[in-house]
Amino acid sequence: MTKTDILNPSEMEYEDTLKGKYLVFSLGKEMYGMEIRYITEIIGIQPITEVPEMPKYVKGITNLRGKIIPIIDARLRFRKEIREYDGRTCIIVLEIDDISIGLIVDSVVEVLTMQDEDISSPPDVGKGHCNYIKGIGKVGGSITLLLDCQKLLTDDELEEINASL
Amino acid sequence: MDDIFSNESMLDLFIYETTQNIEQIETSVLISEKENFFTPDAINEIFRAMHTIKGSSAIMKYDNIASVTHSIEDLFYYIREENSENIDCGLLADLVLKGVDFIKLEMEKVKNSDKLDGNPTELIEGIKSYLHSLKGEEDGVDTLDTNVNPIVKEHYCLPLDKNETNDNKKLYEAIIFFEDGCEMENVRAFGIIHHLKEITEEFRHIPENIIDNDNSVKIIREQGFTILFRSDKDYRELYDFFIGTTAFLRELELHELSEEQICGESDSTKMAVTQESPVKIPELKTKDELGQVPMESRSSHQSIISVDVVKLDKLMDLMGEMVIAEAMVTQNPELQGVKLNSYYKSARQLKKITGEMQDMVMSIRMVPLSASFRKMHRLVRDMSRKLDKKVELTLIGEETEVDKDIIEHISDPLMHLVRNAIDHGIEEPDVRVAVGKPKTGKITLEAKNVGSDVFIIVRDDGRGIDKEKVLQKARKNGLIRKSEKELTDKEIYNLLFLPGFSTNDEVTEFSGRGVGMDVVTKNLEAVGGSVSIDSVEGNGTVTTLKIPLTLAIIDGMNIRVGDAKYTIPTTSIRETFQAKADDLILDPEGNEMIMVRGECYPILRLHKLFEVKSDITDLTKGIMLIIEQDEKCLSLFADELVGQHQVVVKALPAYMKNLKRIDELTGCTLLGDGSISLILNTGGLLGM
Repeated sequence: MTKTDILNPSEMEYEDTLKGKYLVFSLGKEMYGMEIRYITEIIGIQPITEVPEMPKYVKGITNLRGKIIPIIDARLRFRKEIREYDGRTCIIVLEIDDISIGLIVDSVVEVLTMQDEDISSPPDVGKGHCNYIKGIGKVGGSITLLLDCQKLLTDDELEEINASL
Repeated sequence: MDDIFSNESMLDLFIYETTQNIEQIETSVLISEKENFFTPDAINEIFRAMHTIKGSSAIMKYDNIASVTHSIEDLFYYIREENSENIDCGLLADLVLKGVDFIKLEMEKVKNSDKLDGNPTELIEGIKSYLHSLKGEEDGVDTLDTNVNPIVKEHYCLPLDKNETNDNKKLYEAIIFFEDGCEMENVRAFGIIHHLKEITEEFRHIPENIIDNDNSVKIIREQGFTILFRSDKDYRELYDFFIGTTAFLRELELHELSEEQICGESDSTKMAVTQESPVKIPELKTKDELGQVPMESRSSHQSIISVDVVKLDKLMDLMGEMVIAEAMVTQNPELQGVKLNSYYKSARQLKKITGEMQDMVMSIRMVPLSASFRKMHRLVRDMSRKLDKKVELTLIGEETEVDKDIIEHISDPLMHLVRNAIDHGIEEPDVRVAVGKPKTGKITLEAKNVGSDVFIIVRDDGRGIDKEKVLQKARKNGLIRKSEKELTDKEIYNLLFLPGFSTNDEVTEFSGRGVGMDVVTKNLEAVGGSVSIDSVEGNGTVTTLKIPLTLAIIDGMNIRVGDAKYTIPTTSIRETFQAKADDLILDPEGNEMIMVRGECYPILRLHKLFEVKSDITDLTKGIMLIIEQDEKCLSLFADELVGQHQVVVKALPAYMKNLKRIDELTGCTLLGDGSISLILNTGGLLGM
């Protein structure tokens, strides 16, 4: 627990101040953004206990101060090549609809504020992992893919499990 | 409700306190009714509890609750002061329970923040007229109220002679010192004596004359207030008694004296025996039976404080943190190879304390089933009266502990089941006699730990389930999906758990609306449990609730496979050993088996099952664990045994459960060093 950094409690009163703020993290060359309201904290890489019979991208579970949370590797989740974890590797702990998950990312970059006009809807390329992207943010010349956190939990996962078996 | 009083913490406290008090009253009343005698203790307790409720409800402005409690309090005040013996216990119990029901109903409204509109006038009138009739009788005036039993029962005074005193009474000596400067020591001492009269009749105190003698204050200040008394209560109870009743207590010395000491003492000075409050003991009761009464009331008496569950969860998390921190300190790599004798000594001490703390914290959430079980007494009493059936309820294993959350989920199902047992199961007394059964029906409520589950069994010796009737009804409602001939008995019984099923032809007050059993199933499924039913027509029905130990503490054996750690419930391990090459068998299909004392068990390699990398693949190098459940056995192959620990079962994260059901795992647990161990499900491994 070396890199514990509580960003903001996602309480109702703070709802307004959280609006339009995105945590930007990197996966390879791409930058991804995630609404800050879902994020509980960012921690360094933890010892992870593998759980059998889970899809590959579910790395296992970890003990976060007595709370057991599942850990998902974002690279595997988005079907990217595996990369060794290093000092920059972080786990972003999210709480979505009372379900906590940890997401392993290459590194956390910054917190960006984006107005609605900075965000354009994703191009329609049919099925694929674009499902997770709910918008594309353009701020300061760089492009950030905005993740739909709800989709991280649900949607086409059943198919993926079946595929991985 | 007034806005001023919507202050949540105050309301919460009120609800909590009142519920506790109500439960206490109910328990005492039921016990007293059973014994057909209200002990002074019980009367005091009811009085006190009613008084508390009155006070707090008046503060919260719940006037109707306050007025009901006030009238009951009046009644008990009278009974306590007058030591009335000619009380019709049944009638009194009825009155109090009616009051309790009224308060319960109003409490529900409080919880839902509805308006408290219950009208207690009738109830209060009833209590008042009863009180009047009591008073009237005491004054020797004839009363028209025929409900009151006019026959004064015989008194039974404790023997005055010390030689005849009860054997199980012990002599105690209590020396009490009051706080300096509390003043009026003699009056305080008198207060203690006054309270002491409630629990014992035989006592003597030094100084003897407290109130009238001015010197007594000085003596009490200097030498303390010494009381010699006999009581059948144990040390703990007496200690609590003194601590509880004495204000400004500075020091209390309580000793148990041996018989010899007593003889010496009491030969020289006669034991003072007060006759003011003779204890009436119904003649039929044996000593043993009476002895049980204080025992029962004691267990519901535990001193308890209420804590927010959220805080407990937090405490548990912090505890986990602390264990990790401890491991980080004591097993710090920088310490390796350094000679630090006193450091290791302190570190061991720290480890011991954190270990004990952890055990304690983990046990806090566990609650014995007794409270839920005892509620059934009331239910049985009310129903058997209304339905004119004779029913006896036996509780077994009520001390079995389950997680608080689970208790909340099983109260309702239990109630349904007991209700069903009385309503549908137990026959009317004359019917029972006609078929050669004892007049009184028996319902047994049993709880036990079996493997990694808790079983709660509701058993009755009633008429059992009429299969034909069940089938008829199922046919009518179109619930049968396969050929009737194929249905096993168990399957037929389990039809009962489908929604919209009730075999009772008439809808009674208690059951028959067809919404009982499916509620049971639903509630149990919510905690991951299951329910099964079995019955022998004419002999009774057995309903078994199976509740998983999620969050419960189990004894587990930790094993290692590669880098992974697993925990197996110790109860399901039959033996562990290292295999010899001679005992291993390989069948043509490649299945590995092992021969142990002439019996052959299939081998399950954990590293293969869970796809864990392990250096130990030679069956003779690792360790074999024979696990067993419901007479099915299997030999697990693991790298090594790590040790046996008490572990708290935690469910796997909801996210994973949504992804896939893993039959082989019950959950996971945190090990002492903060790492996670997966708990294996014996049933799942055995393919059940």
